[in-house]
Amino acid sequence: MKIEGKKVIWSEYQKEIADDNYFYVRSCIRQNFFPGSEVAFLRIMRDVLKKDVFEHPCHTTCSGIGYHGDVVPVETAMTVVARQFSLMTEAGYTNYVPSCITSFGLYTEILDTWHHFPEVEEKVRRQLKKATGREFKKPENLAHASDVIYKFRKEIAAKSKYRLINKETGEPLKVVDHIGCHYSKMFPSKGVGGAEYPYVLTGMIEEWGGQIVDYPERRHCCGFGFRQYLVQANRGFSIACSKEKFESMKPYQPDMIITNCPGCPMFLDRWQYVINEMEGKRYGQNGEGIPVFTYEEVAGLVLGYDPWDLGLQMHQTDCEPVLKKIGIEYSPEDKYNLAIIPSYSDSHKLINV
Amino acid sequence: MNKFGFGISPGRQIDYDSNNREVARYIFENEPSFRLCIECGGCSATCSTGNFTGFSLREINILIKRGENDLVRNALKKCMLCGKCTLVCPRGVNTRNIVVLAKRAFQKSDEYAL
Repeated sequence: MKIEGKKVIWSEYQKEIADDNYFYVRSCIRQNFFPGSEVAFLRIMRDVLKKDVFEHPCHTTCSGIGYHGDVVPVETAMTVVARQFSLMTEAGYTNYVPSCITSFGLYTEILDTWHHFPEVEEKVRRQLKKATGREFKKPENLAHASDVIYKFRKEIAAKSKYRLINKETGEPLKVVDHIGCHYSKMFPSKGVGGAEYPYVLTGMIEEWGGQIVDYPERRHCCGFGFRQYLVQANRGFSIACSKEKFESMKPYQPDMIITNCPGCPMFLDRWQYVINEMEGKRYGQNGEGIPVFTYEEVAGLVLGYDPWDLGLQMHQTDCEPVLKKIGIEYSPEDKYNLAIIPSYSDSHKLINV
Repeated sequence: MNKFGFGISPGRQIDYDSNNREVARYIFENEPSFRLCIECGGCSATCSTGNFTGFSLREINILIKRGENDLVRNALKKCMLCGKCTLVCPRGVNTRNIVVLAKRAFQKSDEYAL
């Protein structure tokens, strides 16, 4: 195929991502699993990229975790989401940026439902008005936080302190990308690269010096699957999914995994520990695990943030092998030193209301 | 293992790269008509043993070709070698010989290394 033809086809796989003035909504579970990631996003957006990012303290869960866990009906989820949109409308923003992939998927699904069934939207508007007295406008632009980092990946690369390159060998680090299923598998046109060629994390890694590993089970689910994990008896299916991915990626000897979903880094990280406890298997090099990072953590690392400020001590699979390979300066004795509180000069801005 | 309260569910994926297909290869070499089988199930339908147990030659043929030998080894013991399956096979596969060869293959080695 001619290069021009490829460009035309690839242009259909792109999505519009707003330039500035974002209404940011956090994830329920990321703040517990990887508490440094969302703070890192805000610091990068505000301090490095000088963008306007607004957070509302009255924001609640989108109820997506309950919806996909089969305990919250869709109309309830729609009304909760309508309330989030009303907070955005109240604050005067139109660009909605969720931190969570499942929230992103739920918002996309709900906006699409309202597009095809306007009577459902009207019903939800009535329900919201009756319950809370609120009204809302739909967002003009909906982008996941990883889309925003993807959009500014070149700017981050230009200001980076480190590259994803093995300091000793000079070779690019081999990185496995794992895209959350709810990012573009449900609505391919809403993700960069669609469902077949999601490019959002690959673009970041290639821009920051790493090399993407293309392995057979690359698009396989991490195993979270909500109802698989939420019932303890079903967790064997969850861990089996992760194991299948690890078995598939192991021959390619990846240095690290990058993810853009709340559940995926949690399960790819924790299940490595559980598999090792159950079967004594490790999938990384030199008998170690494969470190798993969120995209904010990787962006923070290349920008030279302190690993412990990014919350990397919360990972169950040690991240030090990657830090050593890149040559990042860190203090091993401070890893679990809770007396050291990150001193953000702009900490008062983290919640800006 | 079970301090976690659950185990790792075994995969249902058929992995032709890691499965041992030596038994299948041995049968293909010694009974070439094995390749003609279309898994129609005529053999299973007429099988006397299959009427009283869960034995199915059609299933065994598929499992051997996949290399899922663990499931085949004990099942083969149920066959009485009556040969009715050979009479009804529309493709002329010598099914009785397949059972005999499979048994021989298992006898030759515990690990199916023929």
